[in-house]
Amino acid sequence: MPLDAHVPSGPIGEQWDRRKFEMKLVSPANKRKYTVLVVGSGLAGASAAASLAELGYDVKCFCFQDSPRRAHSIAAQGGINAAKNYQNDGDSVYRLFYDTVKGGDFRSRESNVYRLAEVSVNIIDQCVAQGVPFAREYGGLLANRSFGGAQVSRTFYARGQTGQQLLLGAYQALERQVGLGRLHMFPRTEMLDLVMIDGRARGIVVRDLVSGAVTSHAGDDVVLATGGYSNVFYLSTNAKGSNCTAIWRAYKRGAGFANPCYTQIHPTCIPQSGEHQSKLTLMSESLRNDGRVWVPTRGGDTRAPGAIPESERDYYLERKYPSFGNLSPRDIASRAAKEVCDEGRGVGPGGRGVYLDFADAIKRLGENTIRERYGNLFEMYQRITGENPYAVPMRIYPAVHYAMGGLWVDYNLMSTIPGLHVAGEANFSDHGANRLGASALMQGLADGYFVLPYTVGDYLATAKPAPVNASHPAFREAERGVADRTAKLLAINGTRTTDSFHRELGKVMWEYCGMARNEKGLLFALDRIPQIREEFWQNVDVPGSDAELNQALEKAGRVADFMELGELICRDALERRESCGAHFREEYQTPDGEALRDDEHFAHVAVWQYRGDHQTPERLQEPLEFDNVHLSQRSYK
Amino acid sequence: MNLTLHVWRQAGPSTEGAFATYEARDISGDMSFLEMMDVVNEGLIERGEQPVAFDHDCREGICGSCGMMINGVAHGPMKATATCQLFMRHFHDGDAIHVEPWRARAFPVIKDLVVDRSALDRVIAAGGFITAPTGGARDANNILIAKTNADDAMDAAACIGCGACVAACPNGSASLFTGAKITHLGQLPQGQSERDRRVLQMVAQMDEEGFGGCTWHGECQEACPKNISLDVIARMNHDFLVASWTGAGDKRD
Ligand SMILES: Cc1cc2nc3c(=O)[nH]c(=O)nc-3n(C[C@H](O)[C@H](O)[C@H](O)COP(=O)(O)OP(=O)(O)OC[C@H]3O[C@@H](n4cnc5c(N)ncnc54)[C@H](O)[C@@H]3O)c2cc1C
Ligand code: FES
Repeated sequence: MPLDAHVPSGPIGEQWDRRKFEMKLVSPANKRKYTVLVVGSGLAGASAAASLAELGYDVKCFCFQDSPRRAHSIAAQGGINAAKNYQNDGDSVYRLFYDTVKGGDFRSRESNVYRLAEVSVNIIDQCVAQGVPFAREYGGLLANRSFGGAQVSRTFYARGQTGQQLLLGAYQALERQVGLGRLHMFPRTEMLDLVMIDGRARGIVVRDLVSGAVTSHAGDDVVLATGGYSNVFYLSTNAKGSNCTAIWRAYKRGAGFANPCYTQIHPTCIPQSGEHQSKLTLMSESLRNDGRVWVPTRGGDTRAPGAIPESERDYYLERKYPSFGNLSPRDIASRAAKEVCDEGRGVGPGGRGVYLDFADAIKRLGENTIRERYGNLFEMYQRITGENPYAVPMRIYPAVHYAMGGLWVDYNLMSTIPGLHVAGEANFSDHGANRLGASALMQGLADGYFVLPYTVGDYLATAKPAPVNASHPAFREAERGVADRTAKLLAINGTRTTDSFHRELGKVMWEYCGMARNEKGLLFALDRIPQIREEFWQNVDVPGSDAELNQALEKAGRVADFMELGELICRDALERRESCGAHFREEYQTPDGEALRDDEHFAHVAVWQYRGDHQTPERLQEPLEFDNVHLSQRSYK
Repeated sequence: MNLTLHVWRQAGPSTEGAFATYEARDISGDMSFLEMMDVVNEGLIERGEQPVAFDHDCREGICGSCGMMINGVAHGPMKATATCQLFMRHFHDGDAIHVEPWRARAFPVIKDLVVDRSALDRVIAAGGFITAPTGGARDANNILIAKTNADDAMDAAACIGCGACVAACPNGSASLFTGAKITHLGQLPQGQSERDRRVLQMVAQMDEEGFGGCTWHGECQEACPKNISLDVIARMNHDFLVASWTGAGDKRD
């Protein structure tokens, strides 16, 4: 498989301009003749679909929710980064680029990251033009805050609902195109396979989730913007429906899967309250701007937080990382929380929690300012836990949050399958081994508004795919595959629910492939997961039929794919014999417990190539070169 | 706690529906309403029955997927709370709870508690946007927006499109939903040039979809999980009158 990233030549600051100039264009009259299938209506999918339709392509967009506006991007809280330097605090495109490469622990592709930083400024302009109500200063200018691990204030936000407002902006642009008849939206429609003809992506097979009908859509380019796969852990901060099915089907059709083991654990989530828990709720990281993280210095201290004097509190982030303190990057903050809980100093039920305390901030700024900044987050916390965070410190614990891994893409965001582009969280680009806060929204919109509209056109103009329609036998074959799989799931009639299998898989993943990993545990997981999968295919009970709205069937299909992906994640984690970013291998750490990279052997992207259901996939490499940001050990001390 | 649920079961859009009674046992106060429904559903599957279909996704009160009439109230007893953010600590052992889908002419039932809310998307497609094609936007800080305006716009923009307002309204009106979008965009300088056209087209689409008119019952505001205020309807009506008077209506396309 060729792993040429197609990075433009020349100095990094000129590459994107050069590429845009080199690109072939599709003439306005011809655009209409090309059909682009966009799977996903989150920030990446909606922005791509709307922009491509504006350009004149015939666009079809798909999502599994009942409306494109409900894509999981809607849940993002904290903000979106952009190198505007409105605060005059020393920010620049280069600094955002530098921070992102370093934050990703030197495991991302420099050229992509640079372009991301470069177009970040256009995103804010675009969103404001659409009417996104970002927070403002009294004078009417845009407000900014600093966010997770950044020393400049470059994060734009709309209260605690930034993702919602950005998505509504993109959704409205998309609906405008729907109204103009240039874009066809297919909600409650799930992609279940990718169709290949002559080695190119030429369409998709979908299931209408209301009628159950399985049909095909042919196209000239397929864009997957189907989000992340954190739900492989069962409990995560992702929406219940977030899944890996689309990218997993593409992987099985030959698309390389990059760095599956890079999964981010977010440090500030509400701790699990019991076995019945169906998901974990994130408390935006912006809270760490004003909240102070601590645990009692002594293990087993069961006093109420207010009764523990200052001298018996350990503000461990401030202690261990004096220059970043409570704003240390996510992976570092998460591991530090696990460490203090492993020492028996955790708080709350089960001892799996640490305090996030606002008492000092309230004293300094007043309750009103805190309410203004985080009101809705505090409310959410109180609603879920029944505790008032203005009066008692919040309890938080890390939870799986984001997948840096995903389908491998080149500089043009094209996967190893020609004609298959991948955008947003579904691809692997930009964040390396660890994503910085407020960078996913930026990446999704960069991909959709400012990269794909160019690169999809370039592909179409260069490859000139021949007309195709869904009567081609490749579609029949793929539809049959989908129907067979569905029939098989419905025929098992076993004794266990899909959720019980999903929970079991999730526990193995969290225990052995979560915040800290080691060879023994990973080998165990690699042995255990196929067993769970086998039992699933013999003993799951999926009620109902395929000719109706059947949520149990939808869930079973997604969990079946998670069972396979889980194994690949563990395999990738095992083979990456180093620690980097969110991937922490206990065997590879510095004497003081920090991640120890091995640049000599692992400064590469691991790309997995499917070889068949009973074969070990092949591990390919894309070497990473760092010409601009010099490889160094990350230090946040 | 143990609860008795009376849940609306309906196999499809054209079949008759009816209440079925289920026991929910050992429910903890820390469960959300949907987690309680999960428990009931797992029990149903284990007994070889079909689980209750209901829409949900984020379970954080932001995507607007969830929504049920709980004891006759859209999203249940807590104010400003979507169903997924309703926690069982607000119920008591032995309670009987009636659970039904949104009921409105414009929201046909698909199955059990799942309804078709695509009419709301079509109202947005009719005019709920600012035309700003990708690229070519000027620098964001060239548009000054007073903080109070930005805040008011944000209050209205917080709508999650769940449809509770429609379900709660005796007329099945979508005025709170539509008014919220008109208020959000109409507060902003970027939204002015399309303001007349927007209100006329969105209101016309609302009528076409079979939503009822607003007669100021105010139930929508009570049901709204995001506290959107009736003021947005006043604003919509105002904009509608102005646009009609100034003849902008003739320029509809
Ligand atoms: C709680 C939370 C808070 C966050 N906060 C922030 C933040 O403050 N800042 C930040 O930068 N990032 C944040 N993130 C991360 C960020 O929100 C996501 O990474 C990003 O929104 C993903 O966007 P996307 O467009 O790639 O995918 P999504 O928004 O997940 O969209 C996926 C789309 O694909 C569709 N889809 C999926 N599978 C299929 C299929 N098989 N068939 C058809 N359609 C399918 C879905 O229907 C949906 O439309 C947060 C994430 C979470 C979970
Ligand atoms: S499930 Fe998203 S708002 Fe309730």
